[in-house]
Amino acid sequence: MLEVRGVHTFYGQIEALKGVDISVEEGEIVTLIGSNGAGKTTLLMTICGNPRASRGQVLFEGEDITQVPTHHLVERGIAQSPEGRRIFSRMTVMENLQMGALRTGAAHFDKDLDMVFDLFPRLKERRDQRGGTLSGGEQQMLAIARALMSRPRLLLLDEPSLGLAPMVVRQIFDVIREINRSEGMTVFLVEQNAFHALKLAHRAYVMVNGRITLAGTGAELLANPEIRAAYLEGGH
Amino acid sequence: MAGPEANVTAGPDSDGRAPMQGGINLAEVVKESAIAAGIAGLLSLPLLGLHAANVGAQLLLRTRWELFFAAVAVVFVGRFVLALFRDRRKRPSHGPSAFDRTLHVIHERMLVIGIVALVAAVILPFTEWGGDRYIIYTATTFLIYVMLGWGLNIVVGLAGLLDLGYVAFYAVGAYCYALIATHFGWSFWVVLPLSGLFAAFFGVILGFPVLRLRGDYLAIVTLGFGEIVRVILINWYDVTNGPDGIIGIPRITFFGIEFRRGEGTFADLFGLDFSALHVMVFLYFVILVLAVITNLFTQRMRKLPTGRAWEALREDEIACRSLGINPTNVKLSAFALGAMFGGFAGSFFSVRAGFISPESFTFIESAIILAIVVLGGMGSQLGVVIAAAFVVVMPEVFRQFEQYRMLMFGGAMVLIMVWRPRGLLAFRSPTILMHPKDGKKTIVLKKEGA
Repeated sequence: MLEVRGVHTFYGQIEALKGVDISVEEGEIVTLIGSNGAGKTTLLMTICGNPRASRGQVLFEGEDITQVPTHHLVERGIAQSPEGRRIFSRMTVMENLQMGALRTGAAHFDKDLDMVFDLFPRLKERRDQRGGTLSGGEQQMLAIARALMSRPRLLLLDEPSLGLAPMVVRQIFDVIREINRSEGMTVFLVEQNAFHALKLAHRAYVMVNGRITLAGTGAELLANPEIRAAYLEGGH
Repeated sequence: MAGPEANVTAGPDSDGRAPMQGGINLAEVVKESAIAAGIAGLLSLPLLGLHAANVGAQLLLRTRWELFFAAVAVVFVGRFVLALFRDRRKRPSHGPSAFDRTLHVIHERMLVIGIVALVAAVILPFTEWGGDRYIIYTATTFLIYVMLGWGLNIVVGLAGLLDLGYVAFYAVGAYCYALIATHFGWSFWVVLPLSGLFAAFFGVILGFPVLRLRGDYLAIVTLGFGEIVRVILINWYDVTNGPDGIIGIPRITFFGIEFRRGEGTFADLFGLDFSALHVMVFLYFVILVLAVITNLFTQRMRKLPTGRAWEALREDEIACRSLGINPTNVKLSAFALGAMFGGFAGSFFSVRAGFISPESFTFIESAIILAIVVLGGMGSQLGVVIAAAFVVVMPEVFRQFEQYRMLMFGGAMVLIMVWRPRGLLAFRSPTILMHPKDGKKTIVLKKEGA
């Protein structure tokens, strides 16, 4: 469904991605783990075309989307929950969700709203509350819910566990699993929280310094001694 | 923002500022006041203490120590009082102040207040004040600023694009009417929409180069744009008549019927005795209608995808992109529509004044309009009205204080910003509520596109 072929991305003179190949098949949850500054978010942003890949290709459902402007991706069925949540803090929960439905989900707004509120009952309770007054976990839920309102076929999540309490992280990951099972949503998840991400994902990639160094199923990587030493036993 | 959470701050955890709690730390306050007085002394020595006087052909340096010491003393006492006042405010708050609560009530009763204000505005010319030319004239000026404030509110308040050159669109609208009317004799009613379109076009011209800019950088470029337009107006003598301005701009007509003495005029047709007041009252109603249109348009836009996108863009551009909103279109539409209303207002300005020159479109106008938006609370429609009343009416009220009126005006403005740093009505009303008081769902969503 999503294929990244030999992508190089630069920030000025600095090469952040040094030839990355990954693929995500329909119905999968694929995660990308790695430490700070490895280039995980850059890869996600490059898939979205901001910044653009200077070499290589990004294919979505067989079509080259390397040069497609970021704001056209929603129409093609890619939704993104960006790093740091980026919800609209002065707007209410309902307004945030409406913003998500603006381009592609307006016709099924009520139905999708019920679906999202089933997944996140907390948001239903807080629907008239301003986004900025929500707790961190609720804001993350809102960011994911907002992305879902555009009826995507591929959901890109950038560090949904960032700054959240372990219990909330578990809740959010449960919902991601649920979306994947019941809706068949394809998910590409960028995470630092390797333990939870690997348990959740069907397949996983490990990124170090702008290169993919390891790939395998989530279970394989969880059992891999190198991974355990580098990402799992260091306090996560 | 002074919500109920302010109540929770009771308890012994009020950090390490314990000495401040009971008595005020006098030594600190005195020291602070002394420093402020010292700075004031340094500044006022050359400004107030020394005075160059012409005596015959000689230039003499006089000293004015009484003024100098007065200034230092005023600053010392003022700073002292302010510091006492400020330290008192640092104590745990007991919920919102009466002032905050009043503003909140105003915000919640916005619709009622709006309707009352509108009705009052409509009947004003028919009351006994309506016979007073000065009152009608000032009210018209006030409404021009309300309209400009609402127009700029689209750009600054909703879309969050700081525009310091708004007066350029006002000028474009004004010159558009003045030039077309004097050269081709077209009626105001024909040129009005044209000048709006023309100003919107200028809005897009300004919009393109600043698409990537935000904040300070955007402010500087828009400031430059405003100046460029003014400089062109001054120097393009063949077209704009330069600094001399355009005189003899045709007056407004009652949809083709002139306000004059004689046959077939407005007074004749309605069987009234001719009065110069008729045209003034008519102008007053024209700007009232234009302003109301601006308001209704903006209120409506906020509930539509484009207007929603303005507000979203103000908060987070990256999130907007990820949701499929094209920031280019959103910014350009905000600039264009904001400029359009500026153009309407400009065209009205020139038909009312009958004479325009580049002097009417200096930076200070942009600053006043921006001040109205900021004082009112960015994005608040009612706030703009209150702030415009303040900015236009205050200097008039203070007229009896003569040379001190601008000083008092400035002081009042500073006080507002001290009390309400985010503007008078810094509340944003949601455009959609699931359980509004009347039990109606107010979802407005367009099906596709837009």
